[in-house]
Amino acid sequence: MVARTGPSRSFLSRLGTSHWVSPLALLALWELASRSGLIPARTLAAPSTVAGTLFAMIVSGELPSNLLVSFQRVLLGLSIGISVGVVLALVAGLSRRGEAAVDPVMQIKRTIPTLALTPLFIVWFGIGELPKVALIAFASTFPVYLNLYSGIRSVDPRLIEGARSFGLTQAQLIWHVILPGAMPSLLVGLRYSLSIAILVLVVAEQINASAGLGYLINNARDFLRTDIIVVCLMVYAMLGLGADWLVRWIERRALVWRPSMVDA
Amino acid sequence: MDARLNFLDQTLPPAVAEAPPPVVRLRGFVRSFGETTVLHGLDLDIQPGEFVALLGRSGSGKTTLLRTLAGLDVAHGQDVRVPNSRAVVFQDARLLPWKKVWRNVSLGLNGADIRDRAQAALREVGLGHRLDAWPLTLSGGEAQRVALARALVREPRLLLLDEPFAALDALTRLRMHDLVLDLWRAHKPAVLMVTHDVDEAIALADRVLVLDAGRIAAQERIAIARGERGDLTQPLRHKLLDILGGSPASSGVIPFPQGAHA
Repeated sequence: MVARTGPSRSFLSRLGTSHWVSPLALLALWELASRSGLIPARTLAAPSTVAGTLFAMIVSGELPSNLLVSFQRVLLGLSIGISVGVVLALVAGLSRRGEAAVDPVMQIKRTIPTLALTPLFIVWFGIGELPKVALIAFASTFPVYLNLYSGIRSVDPRLIEGARSFGLTQAQLIWHVILPGAMPSLLVGLRYSLSIAILVLVVAEQINASAGLGYLINNARDFLRTDIIVVCLMVYAMLGLGADWLVRWIERRALVWRPSMVDA
Repeated sequence: MDARLNFLDQTLPPAVAEAPPPVVRLRGFVRSFGETTVLHGLDLDIQPGEFVALLGRSGSGKTTLLRTLAGLDVAHGQDVRVPNSRAVVFQDARLLPWKKVWRNVSLGLNGADIRDRAQAALREVGLGHRLDAWPLTLSGGEAQRVALARALVREPRLLLLDEPFAALDALTRLRMHDLVLDLWRAHKPAVLMVTHDVDEAIALADRVLVLDAGRIAAQERIAIARGERGDLTQPLRHKLLDILGGSPASSGVIPFPQGAHA
């Protein structure tokens, strides 16, 4: 195997191990196929066309304004979903009676695929913003609930006992031991909730939207504008990446005590 | 301030002339879990400032006894007297990994000076410089010293040690023995140390109790000064091992049986 470091390492060998090569090659191939007419524009627009469309949509304000609408939907739905999930998990995790009341209902809820509720939500909430936000909220509740609940329940009992031996009250125990102990699980739940929220956003936005990324996609479909569709797909991907980055950022701050963070 | 400097100019208290009220007092203590009775009618007194070692095999009930004294196992309607001011050091240090070392030491304490108090306690165990460290960066010995500081910062009248050195390597364990003795001389809590190591019990304690099947099977007071115990305690050592139910060579308690070379 070629040594990974050293001045003798040639440009070509570095190129061979770069993670950028295969995506870029694919992109070039795609461009070539589009230019040569192998892939018609109505099937899939060329990368250069997509880039041009992206630039034009940003400059015209079409993309930013619709992105903002979608972003607000996710943010509102997530805020509601996460808050409800956290509260329910605290109730179920911290008391036996709460567990008996909350957990069975949540387990039943888990068996229903959120997106299957779309027709019912349209009947209940109409076709405005409400069903979209409600779907996102409904879907993002469960990952937070499940992870925080099991996180609370799996805090090392020896730590709880140790803290109890120093005379901590129940409230102090929850604040100093149980909640920080469940924090890593909560963040795992948060990461799942964010990605599910974006997934649900994509579908929810197809409901008779008059603004938002889903509206852009629907419109583009009607006019066979594959370039706009690809732009929107890219934006969805960026949203997912951004969500992931956000959770990592929170983790770096909240879990600074962890060995991997401590060593870094 | 090093505890070792502290104790040198202290005079040892005279032998108990008229017994002060004991710190711990158990009479006819019984503890069962379902069908199994773990402790049968136990009587136990621990005098203020006394260092008691509790020996016993696994399942002898020694952990249950310690948990009772720690208030972790509630004894309803029984004749149990323990001071409110008590602290436990567990075999696994049980530091909260998400709290810095000094926050662990001051856990549950209130007041403006808790950081200073934690710092003083950490200096006593030689860790004054690790105040702001994360517990997961500590070595096993360091973590155990933090646990000691966390117990001592409360100035307990009763210090409970639950096999505190069992997970440490031999050299660290010997250093910890010295440290515990220094701290004990400096603060004078009554100590109950649970261990399965006969040598450790003999090296540290004023009195050794052997618990077997929920009853106190033997009780030995050691009058010899701690530094001079070495060979003088050989008969006691063999006696305790016999009571524990195994010859020194087969007990598994002592890694290097003395009889093999002597």
